Amino acid sequence: MKLDLKKLKLRKVNETLQSIDPKKNNKNYTILNPEGNHAICVGLTDDIDITVKGHVGYYCGGMNQNANITIEGNAGTGVAENMMSGKIHVKGNASQSAGATAHGGFLIIDGDASSRCGISMKGIDIVVKGSVGHMSAFMAQSGNLIVCGNAGEALGDSLYETDIYIRGKVKSLGADCIEKKMDNKHLKKLEKLLKKAKLEKLKTKDFKRYGSARKLYNFKIDNVSSY
Amino acid sequence: MCGIVGIYLKSKKFEKDLGKMLSGMLVNMESRGPDSAGFAIYKKEKKEEFKYSICINNLVFEKFKKDISKKIKYNSILKNSDHAILSSKENPNKVLSILNEIKEISLVGYGRSIEIFKQIGNPKDVVKKFNLEKFSGTHAIGHTRMATESAITTDGSHPYSTGSDECLVHNGSLSNHNNLRRDLIKRRINFKSENDTEVAAGYISNHLSNKKNLKETLESALSDLDGFYTFITGTKKGFAIVRDEIACKPAVISETKDYVAIASEFQAMAHLPGVNIANIFEPQPGIVYSWGN
Repeated sequence: MKLDLKKLKLRKVNETLQSIDPKKNNKNYTILNPEGNHAICVGLTDDIDITVKGHVGYYCGGMNQNANITIEGNAGTGVAENMMSGKIHVKGNASQSAGATAHGGFLIIDGDASSRCGISMKGIDIVVKGSVGHMSAFMAQSGNLIVCGNAGEALGDSLYETDIYIRGKVKSLGADCIEKKMDNKHLKKLEKLLKKAKLEKLKTKDFKRYGSARKLYNFKIDNVSSY
Repeated sequence: MCGIVGIYLKSKKFEKDLGKMLSGMLVNMESRGPDSAGFAIYKKEKKEEFKYSICINNLVFEKFKKDISKKIKYNSILKNSDHAILSSKENPNKVLSILNEIKEISLVGYGRSIEIFKQIGNPKDVVKKFNLEKFSGTHAIGHTRMATESAITTDGSHPYSTGSDECLVHNGSLSNHNNLRRDLIKRRINFKSENDTEVAAGYISNHLSNKKNLKETLESALSDLDGFYTFITGTKKGFAIVRDEIACKPAVISETKDYVAIASEFQAMAHLPGVNIANIFEPQPGIVYSWGN
């Protein structure tokens, strides 16, 4: 089914996608002429496939549960923010705060993601085929951030238990973020996620793992300058 | 918030459509700035002639025209809503001092090729009132304002111009503008408002007058201006954008073989010809992107 944003209002399109009757409706949708509009495909709860033909604005696929969304273009700020489950695939670049605060699901970005990718992520798996900007995985709590290119300044600043895997160079690490040993358990997890992103050709040994030094968890007077 | 937009034409193909292209961008950016709007447009220069963009406020145009003809020898004076473009071959310093003495008007910009129009009100109404769609030119910059740190007035609207053929639009806020303003006043830069962006425009004018080029000027601005900003700035033949290192304020660039378009959000340029095959990217924090000189 085709939904044309030049003919239909955004609210109508989102309402249609939010109220699917699995017995009556089909599962495949195409959104035409997104033209950078904000909040396309937010709050979806059903297991449906959506292809967005073009560039989207802010918060595309926000709060998504179960839906499989493919964006054939670039995404603005906060793509997949607070996603709970499902999958979002950005075929172009993503702007800042991609996957922010997301609890679950899978976000793939074919291009680059700019600053604060995965900020405060709480369980989502993010794979960026290009590079990420500064302060990525800031205060990240759970889940995995995989970057096939480089990472900008202050990677993983003040992070909790997210695992970060970077293939390229890291400009600098944020407070309490350190490089960690890659053991078998991590190699297997990385392999599984790369396979899920159809990146089987990449070698897991080319990645480095970063995580929390856990020194900011409890107050220590010696760390006062870092709080 | 605030919305900023700009187009720099790399070929002659869209010169006649420049106003129409910018108009669509400004109207779309109403969502980021409904309080006032303005634009600067660069046209081909006429030899020896300087143009002065004047907001005549509540004055009756015919009376203003009559009064000004006694003081300034001009080639033409054209009315456009509550603005007027005065063209003259007289010494610019003399004309500027005469115009600055008339309290009822605001001089919003001057130069060989720049024309500036800005006014309070919804961007849709502002572009209609000045008939922006009919303008042609080589490059243009626009702004939609959501007022934060100073009042909603014509003088508080963007673009700001503090030097010949220069203009600046800004999304963000500066935190060290009072200190900088004091410093620039000592260096003989004049300010008309309490607005932070006008200080940034003054800073740029000061550096350009010291023979620095646009790129060098904006690179030094990165260390001297404190706060959040995405700036788009124009000179007679140049066009540039810079974002501060934190890069909270957004910007997207679309580049084709015919033009470079910049906007706060992609939706503002979704109507531009050929945008779907353009090279679309976000300017990186702390890096100056410039075209022309």
